[in-house]
Amino acid sequence: MSERDGSYVDGLREAVLQEMERDPSVVCFGLDVDDPKAIQGTTRGLVEKFGQGRVFGTPLAEDAMTGVAIGMALAGLRPVHVHIRMDFLLLAMNQLVNIAAKSSYMYGGSVSVPIVVRSMIGKSWGQGAQHSQGLYSYFMHVPGLKVAAPTNPHDAKGCMIAAIRDDNPVMMVEHRLLYPHRGPLPEAPYEVRPGRARVLAQGGDVTLVGISHALAECLRAQRHLADVGVAAEVIDPIWLAPLDVDGIAASVAKTGRLVVVDNGWTTCGASAEIASAVLEKLQGQRDVRVRRLGFANTTCPPTPGLEALFYPSARTIAAAARDLVEGRATGWLPAERADAVEIEFRGPF
Amino acid sequence: MSEAARIYRQLYRIRRVEEEVARVYPTDVIKSPVHLSIGQESVSVGLCEALRPEDAAFGTYRSHALYLAKGGNLRAMIAELYGKATGCAKGKGGSMHLVDVAAGMFGASAVVGTTIPHAVGYAYAVKLRREPRVVLCVFGDGATDEGVFYESLNFAALKRLPVLFACENNRYAIHTHQRLRQHLPEICARAAALGIPSERIEDADPFAIAARARAAADAMRGGDAGPFFLECMTYRWKEHVGPGEDYALGYRERSEAEPWIHGDQVAKVAAQLPPDERARIEEAVEAEIADAFAFAEKSPFPDDAELWTDVFREAP
Ligand SMILES: Cc1ncc(C[n+]2csc(CCOP(=O)(O)OP(=O)(O)O)c2C)c(N)n1
Ligand SMILES: [Mg+2]
Repeated sequence: MSERDGSYVDGLREAVLQEMERDPSVVCFGLDVDDPKAIQGTTRGLVEKFGQGRVFGTPLAEDAMTGVAIGMALAGLRPVHVHIRMDFLLLAMNQLVNIAAKSSYMYGGSVSVPIVVRSMIGKSWGQGAQHSQGLYSYFMHVPGLKVAAPTNPHDAKGCMIAAIRDDNPVMMVEHRLLYPHRGPLPEAPYEVRPGRARVLAQGGDVTLVGISHALAECLRAQRHLADVGVAAEVIDPIWLAPLDVDGIAASVAKTGRLVVVDNGWTTCGASAEIASAVLEKLQGQRDVRVRRLGFANTTCPPTPGLEALFYPSARTIAAAARDLVEGRATGWLPAERADAVEIEFRGPF
Repeated sequence: MSEAARIYRQLYRIRRVEEEVARVYPTDVIKSPVHLSIGQESVSVGLCEALRPEDAAFGTYRSHALYLAKGGNLRAMIAELYGKATGCAKGKGGSMHLVDVAAGMFGASAVVGTTIPHAVGYAYAVKLRREPRVVLCVFGDGATDEGVFYESLNFAALKRLPVLFACENNRYAIHTHQRLRQHLPEICARAAALGIPSERIEDADPFAIAARARAAADAMRGGDAGPFFLECMTYRWKEHVGPGEDYALGYRERSEAEPWIHGDQVAKVAAQLPPDERARIEEAVEAEIADAFAFAEKSPFPDDAELWTDVFREAP
């Protein structure tokens, strides 16, 4: 494997670039993909390289442009449709859920809709009620949609390439705070295919599953836990649909304790799905204690103090995991450590 | 107060409030996005000059000007930007979601186009109850890309609703010019095609906007005249979001802004007033602004428990 390093942004950008070079049917569009900020750099250079036919900014028309993407796909193109916030996907729900997800089935396998829908979840600097939502569980709910939520540069690239090559609609769930994260980023194209979770840290006391940006907090929580002698196994599901239940269950079979940390609300959320799928699998085989963490069950407030309370953090995750391990409320909350805080961004956006 | 004095007070007040927001922004006392309307004030001011206090207004995330012109509370606005408990949404909305129901300023949304149908629905209720009120619906040129714009206008025309639609056409949606998003430049012509009388005002003159808006509002008030559509050309001087300028990004030239900066409505109206009257207005506004920022500074942040309130309206 190559030793090259890169950012999450680089991974996303390179994936689309390489796929567009390889396959002339790949097109990329969305509001602002061709503007000077180029979706935080993730679409930088594409229009210069491939021209305005294959790369273009759109009017503000999420519903119609999703339908347009479906039409393109029916004609043999492979569109990548980009949204700067996941919240705006709510305007595209009808086309995504009623058409894209169902076309293959309701037309008896006679058509496919290979579209990729990219969207970014916002966090910090007062993103507030309508720029902070992680709504991927809506899509996990619907048969016919695949959902990827990569958490590092390597997987951002690999999932994006797999998504573009997939013959089905794929939702790419990205997170604004992951964009500057750096890590190994092999240059040659590769796929990170659906249905394979990854163990990022091994431990026998408790399994931590973190979704999207919550995974970054879980990795920090794992260090806090190590400080007090609790060995956490940290798992990145990478793809939420299809979900690698076996992979997660194998870890929980060992630890007997599962904490799922979501980047969304827990009610009817991804954490509910993961926890119940694992419990179903292990029932009669292993006694399991479960804890779900996610957004506070409120709307996201922009004021900094309340915003901090709204999200699970490395410290609150560690505290919950330790309580689960000890089977009681210990009252422990680890102290801040300088090497375990997220670098949030300074506004305006 | 003369109309010129009233309009000047509003223009000057909004301009200075936003200049203060821009000035303090780099100190991080406002930790949330701000979409300034510096350069565009005269549109909201002209429109609201035609309204009565009991009329309703719906705007966008770029609504500092509309909120203030409609009579929204200044202290509560600045406190909201500071994330304080005394803010108009207790710090739980932020700059993009200004609200002052008592002043008839309904909550703004960060999702483009979403409040256009709210204005229409509000007007439906007003008409159903035969109230002599009108509803002002303000949105940008970008919002007219969205399907909900056409659907809402069609319904308002169909039901002859008392809505004054006002498009603040600053030519841009973030960094994308209208010509890259729409085949036809005249937004008012599209309103006309849906059966709504419409007019375009080219220079953002607040007196012209007020006169046109007043004629339309008075005609539709309490009756069956139905909606009116005003397209107000204007120009955003600052970056889309944030306190700075953005000419260096390359999507627009400073020369495009120059005629607007040269024809600044704040300066133009100022020149119409006798110097002592102007000085009195400015002095009073400066004191009010200083008070509002001091109020925001010394107000407390919300208690932790406030995270959990307001999810639902609790039974009394
Ligand atoms: C439905 C939706 N799509 C995209 C966005 C991202 N966005 C925020 S502001 C904006 C531009 C809107 O332009 P316009 O309506 O002209 O208002 P202006 O900012 O010029 O006042 C866009 C595209 C959004 N907030 N909501
Ligand atoms: Mg605009």
